[in-house]
Amino acid sequence: MQFFIEIVMSGILSGLMYSLVALGFVLIFKASGVLNFAQGSMVYTAALAVVGWIDMGMPMWLAILAAFLFMVLVGICTERFVLGKLVNQPPISLFMATIGLSFFLDGLAPILFGSEIRPINLGIVDEPIQSIMTATGIGISKLDLFSSFIIVILVLVLTLLFQYTRVGRALRAVADDHQAALSLGIPLENIWAIVWAIAGFVALVAGLLWGARNGVQYALSLTALKALPVLILGGFTSVPGAVIGGVIIGVSEKLAEIYIPPVLQGWFGGNFGGIEGWFPYIFALLFLLVRPEGLFGEKHIDRV
Amino acid sequence: MFYRETGQFKTSYRADSQIFPIWQDRIGMLVVLFFAVVGIPLIASEYWINAILIPFLIFSLATMGLNFLTGYAGQLSLGSAAFMAVGAFATYNFQLRVEGIPFFASIFLGGVSAAAVGILFGLPSLRIKGFYLAVATLAAQFFVVWCLTKFPWFSNNSSSGVISAQTITMFGFTFDTPIRKYLLVLFFVILLALLGKNLVRSATGRAWMAVRDMDVAAEVIGIPLMRTKLLAFAISSFYCGIAGALYAYCYLGTVEPDGFSLDLSFKILFMVIIGGVGSILGNFLGAGFILLLPIFLDIVLPAVAKVLHLPLSSQIVSHIQLMVFGALIIFFLIVEPHGLAKLWQITKEKLRLWPFPH
Repeated sequence: MQFFIEIVMSGILSGLMYSLVALGFVLIFKASGVLNFAQGSMVYTAALAVVGWIDMGMPMWLAILAAFLFMVLVGICTERFVLGKLVNQPPISLFMATIGLSFFLDGLAPILFGSEIRPINLGIVDEPIQSIMTATGIGISKLDLFSSFIIVILVLVLTLLFQYTRVGRALRAVADDHQAALSLGIPLENIWAIVWAIAGFVALVAGLLWGARNGVQYALSLTALKALPVLILGGFTSVPGAVIGGVIIGVSEKLAEIYIPPVLQGWFGGNFGGIEGWFPYIFALLFLLVRPEGLFGEKHIDRV
Repeated sequence: MFYRETGQFKTSYRADSQIFPIWQDRIGMLVVLFFAVVGIPLIASEYWINAILIPFLIFSLATMGLNFLTGYAGQLSLGSAAFMAVGAFATYNFQLRVEGIPFFASIFLGGVSAAAVGILFGLPSLRIKGFYLAVATLAAQFFVVWCLTKFPWFSNNSSSGVISAQTITMFGFTFDTPIRKYLLVLFFVILLALLGKNLVRSATGRAWMAVRDMDVAAEVIGIPLMRTKLLAFAISSFYCGIAGALYAYCYLGTVEPDGFSLDLSFKILFMVIIGGVGSILGNFLGAGFILLLPIFLDIVLPAVAKVLHLPLSSQIVSHIQLMVFGALIIFFLIVEPHGLAKLWQITKEKLRLWPFPH
């Protein structure tokens, strides 16, 4: 039982990490209807920028600030030079353009900031918390707990921002109907720039937390792909959906990784590790067949 | 003035439905074919055949497969490499386990196996489209590669799933030299390209395009959506499967499942986009472009770095490659969504009048 709880806990924690990346997808999808495949690369770029600037001798806070400004710049350039030029194109073209963007960033970031694997030191050690360990025997890393805390705060802040501020209202209006928002005097380009800036910020937070956990490396960009099944599960337009979807994916893939291989081994012999690699996708696929709009997504969906 | 269709009247239905209705095209095509079949084996060096021409032809085939699905039927797929892997491993197993099976039969069955897997992962396309489908095909990509790595049966119990392609022997003829392999690949490419070209202008191809442009309208005019989409998945995967088998047998010789990674899928998708979505010629242009670009950069970048006195490591070259790929994709999507094939068409238009434009 204790083992089971430990797996579930680690699943929840890693799931929260996925949801952090998924959040970035949701923000941009909500506001502009673009599925930004480059979100993972933005996470990688942001993390690399931070470690790159720390290596050049900047203090931590300044490096993070500079990385944030850099991500805003990337976001604005994307809006101006890529998506702005593709207005009125089918969504699938926009999607492919973001695949191109993701390759571009994957190439650009290591050139600017170096490509060797480096850790980010957030000042929190990655070791189990003693008091919980002795009381229940379950190991929860301080870093993981800290990350989840940050993620929960971030989600709350974003939800509040969307619900109660002027900018948030404008964002929702744009998401609902570009043309109507424009005719009410909402500056569309500024709004998109803001959305990309926020997405860049979320990417930066994700990059910092992932980087502190696993080191800043190219794999970040690929792990971020797991955010796609999270999105399908949670719905493309829901901020809470991204979090809950992330947790479900995190827990289910950890459970699958632990409990499926022994069964397969019993049938066929051999080693069947690495189920984590595909399980979320197949899970999301089966889920799609039952409920195409996701758990919290809007009912309106391109159905065939 | 050299490329004019004036005076070429079509007097029969036969003439009207020719693949190349203009004699300049027909002659041009014959010259290209003649050069590919006779000229290249005579003049090309072993390096060119092995490292450039064979992969070029194989990727053209895989790109054609993806183009049927994405360019003609409008279903985005990020899993083409997985279908190639199925083709390669199925062919290997048919060769290995069926006594005395001719190579043609096993490669055909390999393609059919890929088609079957394609239909399986195409099933979700009946309910979802767009990004959702992209994620579904990602599932195919990761799941297939995992299966091939983990189930030892597929690779005849070799460690980490590596297979070594058997030598191909047909009609008492061993395909072991680069030129022979090249001719074998060329045979498949010509056959399948001819088939593909005819397919996309037949009822099937028109149904695909109707589904791509608007599925509801297509259904209203009586196109069975389910059959059309699944057929697109099947034929696309069949082509990818054949390409995968050739990739293993005629190009690499030894492959592992991880060789058919997501990166390869993206590469094929890029070939489709740059070559031309919804064009048969585009597949060849796109494959050639994407294959030659890294070689071109390898030559040009060091020279540029030398002039500017910049340090340049091979790592940076590969990063610049990624950047150039990404930038090109964006560039083509913005400036010329129909790719190199469209540029060729524009050139042809220009050639009609050249050199007397008035």
